[in-house]
Amino acid sequence: MQREVFIDSGGLGPASLGWPEKLWHFNWLVVVLLVAIATIGFAMLYSAAGGNFEPWAIRQMGRFAMGLAILAFAGVVDIRVWYRLAYPLYALALCLLVAVAVAGSGAMGAQRWLSFGFFQIQPSELMKVALVLALARHFHGVGVDEVGRPSRLLIPLGLVLMPCVLVMRQPDLGTAVMLLLATAMVAFMAGVRLWMYGAALGLFALSAPVAWEFMHEYQKKRIHTFLDPNSDPLGSGYHILQSKIALGSGGLFGQGFMEGTQSQLNFLPEKQTDFVFTMFAEEFGLAGGLVLIVLYGLLIAQGLSIALKSRNHFGRLLAMGVTTLLFLYVFINMAMVMGLVPVVGVPLPLVSYGGTAMLTLMFSFGLLMSVSVHRDVRMGRGMG
Amino acid sequence: MRGETDRYKTFSRRAFLLAGGKLALFTAILGRLYHLQILEAERYATLAEDNRINLRLLPPQRGRIVDRFGEPLALNRQNYRVTLVAEKAGNARAVLDALAQIVPITDHERAKILRELERSRRFIPVTVRENLNWTEVATIEVNAPDLPGVATDVGRSRFYPHGEHLSHLIGYVGAVSESDQARDDDPLLELPNFPVGKDGVERQHDQTLRGSAGASEVEVNAVGRIIRELSREEGEQGREVRLTIDLPVQRMAYERFGEESGAVVVMDVLTGEVLALASMPGYDPNAFAEGLSDEKWRALLADGKHPLVNKAIAGQYAPGSTFKMMVALAALESGLVDASQRVHCSGSYEFGDGTFHCWKREGHGSVEMETAIRQSCDVYFYETARRIGIDRIAAMAKKFGMGRPTAIPLSGEKPGLMPSREWKREALGQVWHQGETLIAGIGQGYVLATPLQLALMTARLANGGRAVVPRLVRFPLDEDPEPARAGADLHISPDALALVVRGMEGVVNGPGGTANGVRLADPNLQFGGKTGTSQVRRITEKERERGVKKNEELPWRQRDHALFVGFGPIDEPRYAVAVVVEHGGGGARVAAPIARDVLKLVMERDPSRKQHVIAQVSEG
Repeated sequence: MQREVFIDSGGLGPASLGWPEKLWHFNWLVVVLLVAIATIGFAMLYSAAGGNFEPWAIRQMGRFAMGLAILAFAGVVDIRVWYRLAYPLYALALCLLVAVAVAGSGAMGAQRWLSFGFFQIQPSELMKVALVLALARHFHGVGVDEVGRPSRLLIPLGLVLMPCVLVMRQPDLGTAVMLLLATAMVAFMAGVRLWMYGAALGLFALSAPVAWEFMHEYQKKRIHTFLDPNSDPLGSGYHILQSKIALGSGGLFGQGFMEGTQSQLNFLPEKQTDFVFTMFAEEFGLAGGLVLIVLYGLLIAQGLSIALKSRNHFGRLLAMGVTTLLFLYVFINMAMVMGLVPVVGVPLPLVSYGGTAMLTLMFSFGLLMSVSVHRDVRMGRGMG
Repeated sequence: MRGETDRYKTFSRRAFLLAGGKLALFTAILGRLYHLQILEAERYATLAEDNRINLRLLPPQRGRIVDRFGEPLALNRQNYRVTLVAEKAGNARAVLDALAQIVPITDHERAKILRELERSRRFIPVTVRENLNWTEVATIEVNAPDLPGVATDVGRSRFYPHGEHLSHLIGYVGAVSESDQARDDDPLLELPNFPVGKDGVERQHDQTLRGSAGASEVEVNAVGRIIRELSREEGEQGREVRLTIDLPVQRMAYERFGEESGAVVVMDVLTGEVLALASMPGYDPNAFAEGLSDEKWRALLADGKHPLVNKAIAGQYAPGSTFKMMVALAALESGLVDASQRVHCSGSYEFGDGTFHCWKREGHGSVEMETAIRQSCDVYFYETARRIGIDRIAAMAKKFGMGRPTAIPLSGEKPGLMPSREWKREALGQVWHQGETLIAGIGQGYVLATPLQLALMTARLANGGRAVVPRLVRFPLDEDPEPARAGADLHISPDALALVVRGMEGVVNGPGGTANGVRLADPNLQFGGKTGTSQVRRITEKERERGVKKNEELPWRQRDHALFVGFGPIDEPRYAVAVVVEHGGGGARVAAPIARDVLKLVMERDPSRKQHVIAQVSEG
């Protein structure tokens, strides 16, 4: 049986260049956008600490610098290497998730962290990228005529459900939702038939009552609170209500840098992590919010453009996958602080304080960069 | 490569679809942001202010209560207390242990403090102990390094320097109760430990003394810690209340009673100003202001001499012979009796199928009205009362303030009782018997009066029949026109009044007067009065045959009440006094000497008299 084979472009594209030339061929607009967004993050962390670089802003800057290095490294590594590493990386992330379930340490009642002496990582963040890699790898090998077959979906379903079960156990509803949505969107890119989504939704509706039974009390409470935040303004509804008050008091141009009364007076909970957007919008208003959303939008548009320019399916799926991840982060976080979706603990990428999320995100943009640099590389379906 | 091209087409089509979806969702986010930040901005801005701004009440300082010469009777004293802040203390238990070495902390208090610490926010100071003395404050300050989170500060607490002398009159303050809050919507009452008047003048003039709340707008953070003060509006301090009381007179009246139980009221007959209003025994109002222990409270309630009752306004006694002036005046004004008409007293009086006794068993012989008053002949008043009837007596007594509250601004005043035919029909549903008129004629039976009413009656007799009203508070003169003080004319004939007043002068100064023993020789200090001894038990015929038991032989509860009403000086009456000694025995022997001493003091302190003396001295 004749298989399509991998054809090297013959040294015409950047793929055959050395790493300095590859760096030269980076999509620098993406890097500029990342720096711009991260800078907003530093400013907000500086403000959240009441005008201090300690304890958050300075560390976030260090991590971003490390993230840039990771991005550069991941960008110059050949796309084919990432293709080969996709499953091993996924397996590693899955092992870490298992490890966290066995020996992790908790914060706020959830077991999410894995400690390696001097640094800690959150395997659920790693898993998001690893899953996208693995899915891209899988769908790369599935032809457009085969992708419609339900049996072809068994592997991606397995890929997403294993980590889902593990993160739900932590319990981390936000990550589970993100994993499911990211999978759904990558599968959609790959050409999975729309009726299957309908079927999946139906299945979800049927299983929802069962899932409700298995949810933690606090997760149920969050959904309750989401549906009616005023019911318990000083209890679990406090976060959303205070967040809305802070947003509302921002107005068109905001109260000014470091002048956001709700955030500066600590009415706003977790302002340096999940609710950092609220603080930003309180201090810089609708105008500031618009600028930030446009920056994210441009980043996503660049991801789309890179995906469309790529000549290999793996690269396209990977580029769309990591872009979709970014979108999901931004959308869920913003919708959450505005009371559009339940508070599920999803950070605002590059802005929220948090190490693993920042580094995995920079890694995923490194992958995007690799797709961009190696856009002319052609890869066969059976490659591996 | 067909598959690859199809795949790319599908991918790009779906990628654009997905990008469109993302764009739509980002637009939705922006729309929501627009909704929150522009459309509902005002609503959330208000909520934000509510969050941030906390209005704190600044309690005003309570006004002082002073006597007529400005001597403080109730004031605010600095009160040193020690507080503990949990967040600075670290280990609160250890700090409390260390603190207990300096100030005593009982296990009960300790448990209460720990509970309080647990409940409060960690930066809120919790009071450990109040009313520290200076040594304790100094010791705590010196040991401050070993007592993290411990601080001393100064609060204010109410202090009554004259304690029990004025306890019933001044009353006391206490923490706000729910009924206080129901009566009054002043936001100050929401403050914990805010003092409100619970009794006496403190209660009656609470609004004046309290002042009004100031307010401080502070910016707070989410846990209520104050960040800064935004604005401050000082409230109005409580105003001073100046009483008509003359402290030395009040104190003397109280102390003169010794162990006895009863009341003294001294009144200015021209203005109605009350110079002394004492009820014995008293209690220590400071104990109430600090919070009374259950034990002390029960002891006060159980005391047979009722220290918590203000007997001057809430004690109702049969006035006995002090009531005879009313009968005499009613008789003269009725035109049915002439002052010179004589009644023969043989020591008893037969009426119907009963015998009515005079206090003097051998009888007074033939007496006219003035002598009857002077010697307090009961038979004369049985006969006179019978002739004029109860209703005329009641009408006259009511003119002089009997049988209804005097409206003195104090709570708990009792109305006394002035019986009449109508009263008995309405209140008891019975017909009035004439025998009851006879008994009422000597101030016994149904007749009841408070010491304040007796003083008021005497004042209206001594001032020429003007309806002065008792007053307790001195206002600035411009707020208080003079005519209102003098009181309306009661329209009693001057001759009748003069005769009754002469009879009262005779009681102290005349031959055979029942209170001859208390006469003062100094012509400037001479006074008139009337003794009264009112029975609290019924004396049976059998007992009379055997000989009436002397008061000393009876248990305290069954002894007679001793009364005396008086006025002075004789030539220009200015002061009236009423003394009731519960179960004291004879009015002449027990009540009159007290009344004399009080009247003597008040006359000596009379400002016009003082000027007179100074004039004499400078002439000499």
